[in-house]
Amino acid sequence: MIEARDLTKRYGDKLAVDHLSFRVEASRVTGFLGPNGAGKSTTMRLVLGLDRPQSGMATINGQRYADLSQPLRTVGALLEARAMHSGRSAYNHLLFLAQTQGLPRSRVDDVLELVGLREVARKRTGGYSLGMGQRVGIAVAMLGDPQVLLLDEPVNGLDPEGILWIRNLMKHLASEGRTVFVSSHLMNEMAVTADHLIVIGRGRLIADCSTQEFIARSSERSVLVRSPDVDRLAGLITAEGGQATAEARSDEDRADGQAAGLIVTGLEAPRIGEIAAADRIVLHELSPQRASLEEAYMELTADSSEYGVHSPGAIPGPAETAVVAEPTVSTTQESAR
Amino acid sequence: MTAASPPVQASRAGGPAVAPASHHVGFGHLMLAEWTKIRSVRSTIWTLLLFVVITVGLTVLLTWLTAANWHGPRAAPRDATIVGDPIGFILGAGVGLGQLTICVLGALLFTTEYSSGVIRASLLAVPKRIPMLAAKAVVFALLLVVLAEIVSFGSFFVGSAIIHSHVPVSLSDPNVTRAVVGAGLYLTVLGLFALAVGTLIRHTAGAITTVIGIVLVLPILSGLLPGNWGAHINAYLPEQAGSLIYAAHKSSDQLLSAWQGFGVFCLWTAVLLVAGGYLLRHRDA
Repeated sequence: MIEARDLTKRYGDKLAVDHLSFRVEASRVTGFLGPNGAGKSTTMRLVLGLDRPQSGMATINGQRYADLSQPLRTVGALLEARAMHSGRSAYNHLLFLAQTQGLPRSRVDDVLELVGLREVARKRTGGYSLGMGQRVGIAVAMLGDPQVLLLDEPVNGLDPEGILWIRNLMKHLASEGRTVFVSSHLMNEMAVTADHLIVIGRGRLIADCSTQEFIARSSERSVLVRSPDVDRLAGLITAEGGQATAEARSDEDRADGQAAGLIVTGLEAPRIGEIAAADRIVLHELSPQRASLEEAYMELTADSSEYGVHSPGAIPGPAETAVVAEPTVSTTQESAR
Repeated sequence: MTAASPPVQASRAGGPAVAPASHHVGFGHLMLAEWTKIRSVRSTIWTLLLFVVITVGLTVLLTWLTAANWHGPRAAPRDATIVGDPIGFILGAGVGLGQLTICVLGALLFTTEYSSGVIRASLLAVPKRIPMLAAKAVVFALLLVVLAEIVSFGSFFVGSAIIHSHVPVSLSDPNVTRAVVGAGLYLTVLGLFALAVGTLIRHTAGAITTVIGIVLVLPILSGLLPGNWGAHINAYLPEQAGSLIYAAHKSSDQLLSAWQGFGVFCLWTAVLLVAGGYLLRHRDA
């Protein structure tokens, strides 16, 4: 279990983490979300004792990181920034870390096997791809078979196979009763991995709840209805207590002969179908719209984004924003499907 | 990704269980780790090789040139100086430049941890930080003392053989053994001195410039200081005090004895190491 109490970290006059408190429980994957510059990496560095907070403290299984006698046997960490000498082989990097903890050499081979780098482990890491570097980082995190894992943006630079692998690995580790704390700025990645979410923006806690609750709480459900007779339908929906707004339609849609649509809130899809049937209105489409996690996340962090684009009109939509922000990962995820 | 596909089976995630953390992890484990760090990077191996080649090579070159030019035109005052302190001449020939490689290596030992980011991995493994610095210093000192003594004795035997016909010098002469052993000790402490500066400054270029400035430039500048106090400042500078140990004979105006000078040098190094340790412990990594 990881616990942060009132953590505050200031770099110069910039407040990176602002009185942040949270708990990361064992046996589940906890996603740590926030836009770029929200303070995720700083928080992890504070938990790991690399940086010192101005106030507050962080503990792992009740102890400060610096007080752990063989820290890598308790906590495994993958940091966002590269932490390897380009002239040293992955094997020797893992070997010296194993030696600091009194771990046998065979453990180095085990974790290299685990991340699939056994063949290239004797080569210098300077020649490794971003994805291979991430795998070495995972191997380092797993070296001491730790109960607690902190992974900062672990899918960065991984190919689709690697992303799938790390997702399964994290879920499996959590199922074994370990604490898995994983940061990401990609909501969709967290939607498929995390059981629980801790969302921060500008160093402050925005949300601390289950992934399901997060989506439900921050998104309003709506129903899309298409009908050749939308005007009459809109009137009936309003009379039933729902709100109907006309769907924005492009000229292309109109040229295709697609019926006009309504975005309905306040009424469930079955009720709308019943209303239409009662008045013999033809429906071409009746589909519940569920806001994606990405949209919920964008909405929630809109005010706290450090480097965000502040006019929503300037960009096509939330999904596209994510693609712009992280082209590699998003495109590889697309091709994975 | 050129690597083989990783096992996706969840059952292999944790790998074989690690033995319970019952046994104590001691300083020896940390020393072993630091030794792995030193030997697994080519640049340290190359710099050490360069140290051997430069020191022994220059000793051979300078003693040979001097012997060939003995009694040559305008060589009389130089010859007289060498006769006055032959061991200081032989050792000074190689150490003068060879010591720069030790300065670079000592500084690099810590600054590359920062430039490569390894420092984060190192400090996560040893979060109390000071034991890691201590292990690094001890391993580096052991490595240097062995290598520098070999180089020092090697330089002495080669250099004294070349110059023997003009100035015979042997280990049984007064202060010669102390000077030869002392050259190795000086280079060892110099390595720690550079390591300490690297710990304080953290940036490679800045640390190397600072160490070389202290070793090469500062004595020249302080030599220009006037009067008695200028001489005192000069005598207590790290390199000036430390280098007394590898010259056999006291010059008449020498303020410190060989061992006193070496003690002053060790004190400088200790103070910088403690300061470096303090900052390492309290700074954000």
